[in-house]
Amino acid sequence: MTVVAPDETPLAHQRQQRLRLWLLLAPGALWLFFFFVLPLLIVMLYSFATPGPTGNVIWQFNFDSYITLIGKDLYFNAYYRSLWVGLQTTVICLLVGYPLALYMTLAEPKQRNLLLFLVLIPFWTNFLVRTYAWMIILSNNGLINDLLQWLGFAKQLLYPSAGAVLVGLIYGNLPFMVLPLFASLARFDFTLMEASADLGAGRWRSFWRIMFPLTVPGVVAGSVLVFIPTVGQFVVSDLLGGSKVDLLGNLLQRLFTRSNPPNWPLGSALALVFMFVLTLIVIIYFRTTTEEDR
Amino acid sequence: MIDVPVSATRPPSANRSTAGRRILGLHAWLTYIFLYAPIVILVLFSFTTDTFGVRWTGFTIDWYLRLARDTRMINATVNTLWVALVATIISTVCGTLLALAMERYRFRGRNGMDALLYLPIVIPEIVMALALLAFFSFAFGLLESLTGIKLRMNIWTVIVSHVAFCISFVVVVVRASLKGFDMRLEEAGADLGADPQTIFWRITLPLIMPGVIGGALLAFTLSLDDFIISFFTVGPGTNLLPVEVYGRVKRAITPSINAISTIMLVVSMALVFLSQFVQRQRD
Repeated sequence: MTVVAPDETPLAHQRQQRLRLWLLLAPGALWLFFFFVLPLLIVMLYSFATPGPTGNVIWQFNFDSYITLIGKDLYFNAYYRSLWVGLQTTVICLLVGYPLALYMTLAEPKQRNLLLFLVLIPFWTNFLVRTYAWMIILSNNGLINDLLQWLGFAKQLLYPSAGAVLVGLIYGNLPFMVLPLFASLARFDFTLMEASADLGAGRWRSFWRIMFPLTVPGVVAGSVLVFIPTVGQFVVSDLLGGSKVDLLGNLLQRLFTRSNPPNWPLGSALALVFMFVLTLIVIIYFRTTTEEDR
Repeated sequence: MIDVPVSATRPPSANRSTAGRRILGLHAWLTYIFLYAPIVILVLFSFTTDTFGVRWTGFTIDWYLRLARDTRMINATVNTLWVALVATIISTVCGTLLALAMERYRFRGRNGMDALLYLPIVIPEIVMALALLAFFSFAFGLLESLTGIKLRMNIWTVIVSHVAFCISFVVVVVRASLKGFDMRLEEAGADLGADPQTIFWRITLPLIMPGVIGGALLAFTLSLDDFIISFFTVGPGTNLLPVEVYGRVKRAITPSINAISTIMLVVSMALVFLSQFVQRQRD
């Protein structure tokens, strides 16, 4: 960049502005192009290629991978199960998170900062570590089984199981629901609730007609932040579900790295359809919730 | 990433103590117990003498001492810190510049750029990880067939990938801090004869610095904690902390993993404190 002389012509100034804009944009935009856009395009390319016998990829293009995806129950079930687990996790996080966020909002400022901080710590803590903590608690000789025995029950195989996966997912994602809800509730004007009460509305009616509709943006943001990572994860279902709970993430991981031989074209097709379905769901969700809002 | 107002006005009805409030309070208590019990147990059991690390049989710091001699784990930790550091520097510079471009200029393709910036945040991490794996494998294959140079995935492919997903988060944080920027300060600087560079280094950057540091801290934490993208882009020769921990956890629960997990937890907590501190400064 050069120094702008005061007597510069408008044209030179414009050129300089353009240069400056280009310098600001180029590093990040090029990085994102090469290491984000291009990889997605290459996955698209792979999804039409043919899997080789040793896990390699043969550059013969066809729709075989997509036909396999549609034809086999295994894949349909994985989509179905992943979306179902994602929905369960999101709804439970919302049911648990909304009252908590409300309590945080109503707390005294000092206490509120502490309560917020206590949600931020798990929010920033490694997901793997938090999943691992549940392995300790649920393990065969762990605390829950000790408690069960102390109460006179028989030991249970608590994990790997579908229930353990759900608990792990709720635990891991709850902070992602609470924070946007809190942000939304903290902006809510609570005098509206008093106005509503003065006009004779009961608590539930005031909540459903006033507070909830006005905090829908927080509900939407929280739900998306919980739903997307949940549907795509494979760590929780791998560690707490063993091979019993096969979600999309587990299938993808196997197709790319573990199965014998790996099948990258099929994995690519699975990932792309997954991304497409997920985007569609999120768009529909956004549309319907914002329309209700108005 | 999430804009949480720290100093919102308190509702007038807040002091009213009713049955509803008490139920809310009980619910909050139970939820906090649910959030913290596993963490407390994890920390506690990093000091247990139980060799399975799942019950309390006595106090020891032996597992931490073992970690100190565990060269694989130390090596993985050093690698992870190095990745996070380099990825943070690159993504903070690129992200801050991008944020300036997006907030200050109107240009063709700006809406497209906006959408592109949100994409890495919203697409499932595993899709991005697999895409990067496919990309590196494709690019290295192409390079080898064209020039004969053999490249393999290593620590640099991880760094490159981490930057790709951290940039967007930095942009979001820095843009938020540019929103309330008083442009008159820059105009005043220009009127007093400062050239664009001086204005940038002496006025703009210092004013948006809390946002830049906030973005950098977020990028650092994201990179440090990332497992999925690291797992797929690291290649067989390099060792990273989350990948190493995952590999060991798959085999068995051991008190040593409790110990390293506790250390990771403490680092995360320190980063939360730091980011909260930075945010206070900003307000």
